[in-house]
Amino acid sequence: MEFKANVPSGPIEQKWTKHKFDMKLVNPANKRKYTVIVVGSGLAGASASASLAELGYNVKCFCYQDTPRRAHSIAAQGGINAAKNYQNDGDSVFRLFYDTVKGGDFRAREANVYRLAEVSVNIIDQCVAQGVPFAREYGGMLSNRSFGGAQVSRTFYARGQTGQQLLLGAYQALMRQVGLGAVQMFTRHEMLELAVINGRARGIVTRDMVTGAIESHVADAVVLATGGYGTVFYLATYAKGANGTAIWRAYKKGAAFANPCFTQIHPTCIPVTGEHQSKLTLMSESLRNDGRIWVPKKKGDTRPPSQIPEDERDYYLERKYPSYGNLSPRDISSRAAKEVCDEGRGVGPTGLGVYLDFSDAIQRLGQDTIRERYGNLFDMYERITAEDPYKVPMRIFPATHYTMGGLWVDYNLMSTIPGLFVLGEANFSDHGANRLGASALMQGLADGYFVIPYTIGNYFAATEFEKVGTDHAAFKEAEIWVAARIKKLLGINGTRSVDSFHRELGDIMWNYCGMARNERGLKTALQKIPALREQFWKNLRVLETNEEINQSLEKAGRVADFLELGELMCLDALERRESCGAHFREEFQTEEGEARRDDENFCHVAAWEYTGDAKTPLRHVEPLEFEYLPLQTRSYK
Amino acid sequence: MAATTGKTINLRLHVWRQKNRVAQGRFVDYEARDISTDMSFLEMLDVLNERLIARGEEPIAFDHDCREGICGQCGIVINGHPHGPRGATTTCQLHMRSFQDGDELTLEPLRANAFPVLKDLVVDRGAFDRIIAAGGFISAPTGNAPEANAILVPKPDAELAMDAAACIGCGACVAACPNGSAMLFVAAKISHLGLLPQGQPERIRRALSMVAKMDEEGFGTCTNHGECEAACPKEIRLEFIARMNRDYLKAALFSKPERKAVSAAP
Repeated sequence: MEFKANVPSGPIEQKWTKHKFDMKLVNPANKRKYTVIVVGSGLAGASASASLAELGYNVKCFCYQDTPRRAHSIAAQGGINAAKNYQNDGDSVFRLFYDTVKGGDFRAREANVYRLAEVSVNIIDQCVAQGVPFAREYGGMLSNRSFGGAQVSRTFYARGQTGQQLLLGAYQALMRQVGLGAVQMFTRHEMLELAVINGRARGIVTRDMVTGAIESHVADAVVLATGGYGTVFYLATYAKGANGTAIWRAYKKGAAFANPCFTQIHPTCIPVTGEHQSKLTLMSESLRNDGRIWVPKKKGDTRPPSQIPEDERDYYLERKYPSYGNLSPRDISSRAAKEVCDEGRGVGPTGLGVYLDFSDAIQRLGQDTIRERYGNLFDMYERITAEDPYKVPMRIFPATHYTMGGLWVDYNLMSTIPGLFVLGEANFSDHGANRLGASALMQGLADGYFVIPYTIGNYFAATEFEKVGTDHAAFKEAEIWVAARIKKLLGINGTRSVDSFHRELGDIMWNYCGMARNERGLKTALQKIPALREQFWKNLRVLETNEEINQSLEKAGRVADFLELGELMCLDALERRESCGAHFREEFQTEEGEARRDDENFCHVAAWEYTGDAKTPLRHVEPLEFEYLPLQTRSYK
Repeated sequence: MAATTGKTINLRLHVWRQKNRVAQGRFVDYEARDISTDMSFLEMLDVLNERLIARGEEPIAFDHDCREGICGQCGIVINGHPHGPRGATTTCQLHMRSFQDGDELTLEPLRANAFPVLKDLVVDRGAFDRIIAAGGFISAPTGNAPEANAILVPKPDAELAMDAAACIGCGACVAACPNGSAMLFVAAKISHLGLLPQGQPERIRRALSMVAKMDEEGFGTCTNHGECEAACPKEIRLEFIARMNRDYLKAALFSKPERKAVSAAP
C-alpha cells in the first residue's frame, strides 16, 4: 500500500495557492459529463454536494435520515473558528495553524492544517453570504468568543446552536441545487457497500430504508462525508443513527484507516442517570468561557454545593493550568476530571461528576447576559436533569464526542483508493491526536466548500474513465453480498437484541479503550471483543423482514461493523506506545500525570491496511515532519 | 438536589401501529411498567421495545436521531399534543417525570395530509424539503462571498432572524394545526432570510415560490388558530406569520411576472 501525502513543495503559506494553479481543471462544458456520489449530508457532505453541483457536476447525495438537515453537525453548539482577527488580539492564519497543530499534540500533517487555517476566513464569508444568523455586536459586525486551547477570541457563533445554523446554510444551498435538478437527493438511504472497479471507486450499493430495496449507483468518484465512529462506545454525544459503516466498507475495500484510537472525550457532558441511558448530551465548551469547574477539596464531601465555602473548593483546572484555566483543551480537561473523580472527590449521585459553576459570572454579568449567551443550553440542561443551572452549578462528566481518527487521505483528501475522497470527521487529517473546540465545523466546511471542488477536478482531468453500468460484475457482486448479509442478520433468530450487544461493546470500549488505556486492559479488550462478536453472530435476534422499515435491522448492520472497528481501535491503542493528545497510555506519562509523547518512535500516522476478516491488519506509518513548528512538549500551564 | 430520584411509574400506552404506507393501521395497547422517572420518553420506548423483542413481537418504529432537541427528526403526538404535554420541548427531550403513575398515553404519528404515515409512528416530511428547495435559501454560490464584515446587520435584526432561524423543521406545527397548514414553518424561514440584508435581493421571489409550493404539497390554509405556536418546541412566534403575510401581500401586489432568462445558469 502506498502512502503518498502529495503535499506540494514550497513555503507552507504558498502551497495551497500554488497547488490550485498546478492542479488540472475540468472545462466548464465538460463538468456535466461527470457524476459524483456524496454519502452523508452534514456540513462536509452538504457543502460538497452544493459546491460540486454549482460547478456543473452531476451529484447524487445520500443520507440515512428523513431529510439532509438532520445530520449530526446540527448538534454542534459553541461555534466555528476562523483567523479573521476581528478582535485585534493577535490572531492570524499562522496562529490558528500553530494552535491547531499544538492542540493536536503534533500528530497531524502540517500542510493540511495550514490550509485549514488559511481557508477558515473564506468559510465565514460564505456562511454570512448564505444568511447564517451569526451573533452581532451593536455596530452590526460579527461577534466573537473564546474557545478551548486558544488565547485569542476567534470563534464565531449563533447563540448555542452554531452547528444547526451552519448546517442550514449548507442544506439550503444543497436544496437549491436539488430544486434546479443538479443534485439528486436520496433520503432514508444507507450505503452498505463500495464498488471498486479496476482499482478505482466507481459507485456504491445502498439500501432503501423504507422498501428494503438494494440498489447500485454508478459514479466517477465517491465522496464519503459520513461523520465519526464514536458510537462504537454506545454512550456518546452522537446521534443514535451515527455509525462507521460507510468508512468500514471502504476500509475493507482498500482504504487505509488512520489512527483509529484517537477518539475525543469531551469534558463537559451531562452525567449518566441510569441503566436506561441511551446517549449523552453535550454541554458546549463555550460554557467554559464563563463557568468555573470545581470539586470539593475533601474526599467524599456530599454537602450541597451552596454549603461548600470557597476555600474548600478545588478549582482544579485553574490550579493546574493557570494560563488556560477552564479553557484548557479537551483531552487535558477530561483526564483532570477523571483524576479527581478517581480520587473520590466527584459529585452527584454516582460520584462521577464535577461542577461547572456560573455563580461568579451571573454575579458579574447579570442573569440576562448569561441567558443571552447560553439560553438554550441552560434550558436543555434543566429539561434533562430537572435542575436549574441559574441557581445551582451544572454537573458534568466527560463523554465520547468526536473521532480524530478516520480514513487516511492525502493532501487532496483522496484515500488510498483512487477516486474515493473522504471529508470532514470521517477522515483523519487535520486534528492530530486531539481536536480543539470550534474546529470541527471549520474542517467540515473547509473540506466541502474549498478543497474538494478543486481536488476532485484534478482527479477527473487526470483520469481516463471506462464506461461502467450497474450491470458490471463489481456491482452485482456487491449487491449479492449486501443481500446475503441482511439475510444472515435476519436469520440468526437468537435471543438477544441489537442494543444489548451494542451496550456490552460500549462498556468494553469505555473501560479498556477510554480516557486512560494500558497494555493489560487493551489486551483484555482484544479478547473480549472477538468473543462478543462470536456471540453476536450466534445469538442475535432481529425480527420481521427486510422489505419494510426495520430499525433493528438497520442497527444490526452498524453494530456488526462496530464489533470489528472496536477491535482495530484497541489494536491501534496497543501499538501506539506513547501518550499523545486524547490517547493516554498510563505507562507513558510524566511525573505530573501529563501525556508523554515519544517523538523518536511515534511521530507518525498509523495507517492500517485490511488483510481479511479475523486476520491481523498491517500497520503502515506515514512519518510526520514538523518544519514550521518545533516539536515541543504541549503545556497549558 | 440530586436528579436521580429512583422513582418508577407504570403507564398504559395506546400506540398507533401501521405496517407500511398502504396498510391499515390501528391502536394497540401496551403496559409500560417500572419506568424510571429520570428516563426520557424515547428511552421509555426503547425499554418497551426491548421487552417486545424479548417476547418475539415487532418493536414500535419511531423517528429520532440526535435525542437532544435540535435535529427535528423525532415527533410523536402524545395525548393529542405533538411532542407531548411540556411546552417548548421536543419528544426526545421530554422526560418521564412529566407523567404520573397510572397515566394512559395515546401515541400517534404527526398526522397531516401532506405527511403520509410510513410505518407506526414514522411519517414522510419530504414536503418540507421541497418547500425549501423552492425558495428557502439565499442564492450564494460558493466562492462569491464578500468579506463577512462588509455586510452589517443591526443587532436587533440579527437576534430576530436567529429567533426565526431556530426552527428545526419537525412538523409539529403542521400536526397541531386543525387545517394541517405549514404556515409557521414557511414563515420562520421567510422571516429568517427576509430580516437579513443578504436575503433582500430574493425576498419577493422567495415568498411567492415558497407559498406556492406549500399549497402544491397539500398543506392547509391558515385561519389563525395559533395551535402551531403552542406546539412549537422552539417557540417560533405567530408574529413571523404576520411578517410573512406582509411580504407575500407586497409580493403578490407589486411584483412583475419574471421574464424567462434566455440562458439559465444554476
